[in-house]
Amino acid sequence: MNAAKNPDAPLLLIEGLSVSLPASADRRHAVEDVSLELGRNQILCVVGESGSGKSVMSRAILGLFPSRHVQPSAGRIVFDGEDLLQATPERLRELRGNRIAMIFQEPMTALNPVLRIGAQIDEVLEIHRAGDGPARRARVLELLAAVNLPDPQQILSAYPHQLSGGQRQRAMIAMALALEPDILIADEPTTALDVTTQAQILSLIRELQRKKGMGVIFVTHDFGVVAEIADRIAVMQHGRLVEQGSAAEVLHRPQAAYTRSLLAAVPSLTPGPKRDFSAQPVVLGVNGLNKSYRSGGGLFGGKGRSVDALAGVSFSVRRGETVGIVGESGSGKSTAARCIARLIEADSGQIMVEGVDIAPLTPRALRPVRRRMQMVFQDPFGSLNPRRTVGQLISEGPIVHGVSAASAHARTLELLELVGLERRAAERFPHEFSGGQRQRIGLARALALEPAILVADEPVSALDVSVQDQVLRLLADIRNRLGLTVLFITHDLRVASQVCDSIVVMHKGRVVESGPVAEVYAHPAHAYTQALLAAVPGRQWGNANEARAAAAATTAP
Amino acid sequence: MNGGIQRFLRHRPAVGGLTLLLLVLLAAALAGVLYPGNPFAIVGQPFQPPLGEHVLGTDALGRDLAAGLLHGARTTLLVGVVATVIATVAGVTIGGLAGYFGGRLDNLLMRFTELFQTIPFFLFAILLVAVLGASIHSVIFAIAVVSWPPMARLVRGEFMAMRNREFVQACVSLGMGHTRIIVLHILPNTLSSIIVTGSVMVATAILIESGLSFLGLSDANTMSWGFIIGSGRTVLRTAWWICAVPGVAILLTVMAINLVGDGLNDALNPRLRSL
Repeated sequence: MNAAKNPDAPLLLIEGLSVSLPASADRRHAVEDVSLELGRNQILCVVGESGSGKSVMSRAILGLFPSRHVQPSAGRIVFDGEDLLQATPERLRELRGNRIAMIFQEPMTALNPVLRIGAQIDEVLEIHRAGDGPARRARVLELLAAVNLPDPQQILSAYPHQLSGGQRQRAMIAMALALEPDILIADEPTTALDVTTQAQILSLIRELQRKKGMGVIFVTHDFGVVAEIADRIAVMQHGRLVEQGSAAEVLHRPQAAYTRSLLAAVPSLTPGPKRDFSAQPVVLGVNGLNKSYRSGGGLFGGKGRSVDALAGVSFSVRRGETVGIVGESGSGKSTAARCIARLIEADSGQIMVEGVDIAPLTPRALRPVRRRMQMVFQDPFGSLNPRRTVGQLISEGPIVHGVSAASAHARTLELLELVGLERRAAERFPHEFSGGQRQRIGLARALALEPAILVADEPVSALDVSVQDQVLRLLADIRNRLGLTVLFITHDLRVASQVCDSIVVMHKGRVVESGPVAEVYAHPAHAYTQALLAAVPGRQWGNANEARAAAAATTAP
Repeated sequence: MNGGIQRFLRHRPAVGGLTLLLLVLLAAALAGVLYPGNPFAIVGQPFQPPLGEHVLGTDALGRDLAAGLLHGARTTLLVGVVATVIATVAGVTIGGLAGYFGGRLDNLLMRFTELFQTIPFFLFAILLVAVLGASIHSVIFAIAVVSWPPMARLVRGEFMAMRNREFVQACVSLGMGHTRIIVLHILPNTLSSIIVTGSVMVATAILIESGLSFLGLSDANTMSWGFIIGSGRTVLRTAWWICAVPGVAILLTVMAINLVGDGLNDALNPRLRSL
């Protein structure tokens, strides 16, 4: 729409951009001396772990800063011959949405919950004075159709909560594209989505970008996604640009050590060496587990809706084995874990722990059994009581079960060393630790009771990829050393392939397929498993990456 | 916790409030030293204006207002603090149990709480004192009875939110009993809200006590600020200071407590500050 003044000039030029942080922050710049170019008809992926400054950098283009203490201190952002850092707020408002559009990570919070989808997209058109009422309405319908939303008429009058996560993200994209911008900035647009939805959104962004010839800045932490979509890649660490280049160069011949370590940390889809457990006894057996949730009804006597979170879930885990439950959100995998740990009550079914059905036990009778089965939680920030020291957190379990305070404390120090933390950590509070360290503390707490079975509910999904790698290695190491049986819940098929011996695939509360990882991955029998595997981002590149890593390993001394 | 103290000290109005509150405490502590003997004793001519023979003048019966003010500070603070402690213990217990266990117990306890909230609290306090007889104990009891419901509702909300946090689930899976989880894990995390609400509750309790004494529904043998105002209200136009002196004292004390409450809120709940 907006013809170029000079067809050879880059669409967007960032030169020596620095964004300073307030004096109290742990570093001086959120972004330091970053220079980047975005060409026409190009997707530039900005990759980095949390705290790398990638989001601040991408938002700076639109003049969006998280607070008035975080402001650009040097550099230029040139768009169409104009330095955006010098632009007035009025000028920026004209550009936003119109020439440069943005989509966000969480479509639920980025859409206004009390306005209909149609009205929200229409508003964008209205603000930038694009046509009269009927013309705008026709345009909104066209946009909704363009992002492949089924039944645009109905979506038009729907509220955000009535759409699924993927549909909301499509609506967001429709809104961003309403005025045919030259540049689309996408800040982790698929991170909150399920893997199959993510694959659809990625191909949609790719398709629309080609059709409109847009420049796209795609911010992400996931190298799989990068491999799927990038033309060019910029890698950021601690606010600095460590490497940039074409997708092929960076993915296959990374120069910077940091990029290499990030790539190496991406878990492989090829399962590890096979371990045989057929001779071992079953220590955890789940038989016909059911759980349904009722919603609605209530005050006005309407008919409540009943959702089966678990419908006849059965599987078994042998001693020493690691079984993964994989599935997307709403598949019931977390509900299953919590039912098995008796944190929520199943409606019916057997939970056999070392030969005893724990489902009918009263809370009091259950307590001694609990020490045989321990849980590691997903959220490294929410799962540790902020008011207690790490030492108290770890030693409390044994003390509750009658171990003397002195020996519990001694054991705590051993456990801290086992999970790779210093003994001094016992005196400190959880907020003094990073996410990965907190997961180690959570693991130490679970191990303190010397359980036979460990139930890990998405223990690494909140962590950066390099930290995730470390925690997974630690988990595997401890599992092998202590002979633990592990039930590992994850949505990430890459992680599952590295950790698990066999997997159980769940979909809408049912087990659709189960078996040894290698077999299920090589010959998925169920259509849903096939779809899940096909949707894993960056499969092609992943295979090449592994081949390269294997080659490097054999040539290394 | 040190961070909390620093944040509190940076909050200027709160430090002002704390200073004022310390002065009131000092006054209450020194009442017996500066004005030994009975504050009801007649010391001279009635209706003496302030800054004459007696610093704050005398009332309609010739009692020293300064002595009344200092001794009254004791009663006022005592009633405020004791009533708040009782109301807080009751509110935290009821709200905590309701929020933690949920379900039927929650329903039962919350309907019970609402029963108390449906009666206008001052009328309820009057009723209670009228029934129980005017003594310092029944005043404290009445104030506690009308003050606990908001505390119970607050604590219930906090407990419900905490109940589903992962660290509480971790406690359950470690095999801890309910008492341990409630007392050692959830309660410390809700303490800041309880302290903040409690501090403001002291101010409300003082106002209720003053109101009751003003209406004559207080211990006739205990000097209090409300009692002085009540005794001076008929001569407001001729001897304004009788009402004004304890009136200003109540105003400043309540304001001081509210400022301290604000400061505590900022210091203990730093997350709310950026909003």
